[in-house]
Amino acid sequence: MSLPPAAAEPPGGAVPTGDGNGGGVVGRVPARRGGRAMFRGEWVIEFLIRLCGWSSIICVAAIFYFIIQEAAPVLPTMDWGEFFGSVIWRPTSAVPRYGALALIVGNLAVAIVAMAMAVPLGLGAAVYISEFAGPRVRETMKIAIEVLAAVPSIVWGFIGLTIISPLLIRYAGAELGGNLLNGAVILALMSVPLIVSISEDALRAVPDSYREAAMALGANKWEMVRRVLFPAARNGLLAACMLGVGRAVGETMAVLLATGNVVQIPHSFVDPIKTLTATIAAEMGEATPGQPHYQVLFLIGILLLVITCAINVIADFIIKGAKAKANA
Amino acid sequence: MNSSISIDVRDFNLWYGDFQALHHVSVEIKPGIITSLIGPSGCGKTTLLRSFNRINERYGNVRTTGRITILGKNILDEDVSVASLRKRTGMVFQRPNPLPISVYENVIFGIKSHTPSSQLGRRVLDEAVETALREVSLWEDVKDRLKSRATELTLEQQQKLCIARLLPLKPDIILMDEPCSALDAAGIERIEELIGELKRTFTIVMVTHNMAQARRASDECIFMLMGEIIEHSATVELFGSPKHEKTGMYIEGRYG
Ligand SMILES: Nc1ncnc2c1ncn2[C@@H]1O[C@H](COP(=O)(O)OP(=O)(O)O)[C@@H](O)[C@H]1O
Ligand SMILES: [Mg+2]
Repeated sequence: MSLPPAAAEPPGGAVPTGDGNGGGVVGRVPARRGGRAMFRGEWVIEFLIRLCGWSSIICVAAIFYFIIQEAAPVLPTMDWGEFFGSVIWRPTSAVPRYGALALIVGNLAVAIVAMAMAVPLGLGAAVYISEFAGPRVRETMKIAIEVLAAVPSIVWGFIGLTIISPLLIRYAGAELGGNLLNGAVILALMSVPLIVSISEDALRAVPDSYREAAMALGANKWEMVRRVLFPAARNGLLAACMLGVGRAVGETMAVLLATGNVVQIPHSFVDPIKTLTATIAAEMGEATPGQPHYQVLFLIGILLLVITCAINVIADFIIKGAKAKANA
Repeated sequence: MNSSISIDVRDFNLWYGDFQALHHVSVEIKPGIITSLIGPSGCGKTTLLRSFNRINERYGNVRTTGRITILGKNILDEDVSVASLRKRTGMVFQRPNPLPISVYENVIFGIKSHTPSSQLGRRVLDEAVETALREVSLWEDVKDRLKSRATELTLEQQQKLCIARLLPLKPDIILMDEPCSALDAAGIERIEELIGELKRTFTIVMVTHNMAQARRASDECIFMLMGEIIEHSATVELFGSPKHEKTGMYIEGRYG
């Protein structure tokens, strides 16, 4: 017995010959024509690709433009001190008051509490799925997470109303089922699938050689996760969390059903609140286009846009800062 | 404990799923010398080397029988602490794989996970880093860049760093899987030189597919073929007068 003789030459010799026939002899003129057609096609494709790229910027600009246009008439007469400083929101009274402070605080509070639950849960689940689970468990969990991600937000709202409300009244001492904590739990459940799937991708993208390096130095798995995978996957993990935050800040239907919709600054986790998003959704139907109430709702829309943009920009800075620090 | 044997392998078999990659391997590796593992690609060199620190276990489908005794203890026993085994048997990989953290953190990665942090003052760590980097003659190159990312060094520097980060753990054995295959000629020369110096302190087992390197750098050679050990002798002997016909054919370049 011995090794097979140095692997037989692959039957590759035939390939260039066949090719030469097609492209060489007959090739000249058609090749030119093909070339020109190719050129025209390429131009169209390049244009379309450019358009795709620019469309994102055009869309953002258009969104800002239209929303600002709707809100514009009210801007000169707006009492900004009241808008940002007062908690009195009475858009339909004889002397309308547009104090949005409680809405802003409510919106941010529910998002922050939601993230305090969703980020650890989501990162933990992602680490488990990517580093600890066997292949079968991993596949099952990934399917479950996809299903969770596909649950419509109105259904999450129902869950808040029918399942979490009674639990909070019974065990957390809430007077009303709809409150800050209820909304936050729902938002956390909604953001977790997003955080898990993106974090898991980020962790799986870390080269295996890093894992082996750490393990060969005697590190246990948890150390490897903490000291190698987290730093290596930091940008992806941060992006995952930021997308979670974005979802929590912008979510409407579920918080409309789950937060109780009382315009007030919450003093406990089980106080009902109202968010900016829920306010727009609830009041847009009754507001008359062209009237100040309608325009102020659009102003709130601008505010939401600004908040989410700011979150993204901050995330960008954190990522860049981390990179710069790592490269310093 | 027999101090004239560093790694004692007895009738060791290894399967990846249904595929048996190592067949009845028995071999004694001596301390304080460089032993090369040679043989054609796919013959099981890497597999055998990765069995010595049990890092192969991370593939779920690995099954073994037999014994591997390292410094008097069968490392395949249930009660062996894999962490302390890996502390004593460092590993250098085929492609330099410094961790994506700073040079400094790379060097102390190991001691940090084996020593309670109360014993690791700034001074202790600084000193460990300098000693380790000097030992691989990397200190002068990187002493001003200790805080920069290790992945930004040249490949040769990265591989030296990968050796340096083993040293603070004071291993007995260093396992190397084709440690030069990613380097250029000058890099190969300097790493080989370094390996030659390390053998004064450590037992070194090095996989190589480069005959000339095995010949230059090692004291003993183990020739493997299709998961079996064919011949184990002093390098001069193995290359000068191979005992086995297949060894002769291989070193003449008749197999891949
Ligand atoms: N993780 C693995 N799963 C299945 N088969 C493997 C795995 N690693 C190596 N093998 C197989 O085991 C044999 C020996 O591989 P290896 O030890 O890498 O050889 P060498 O290092 O000598 O080239 C090869 O046939 C290879 O295909
Ligand atoms: Mg190999």
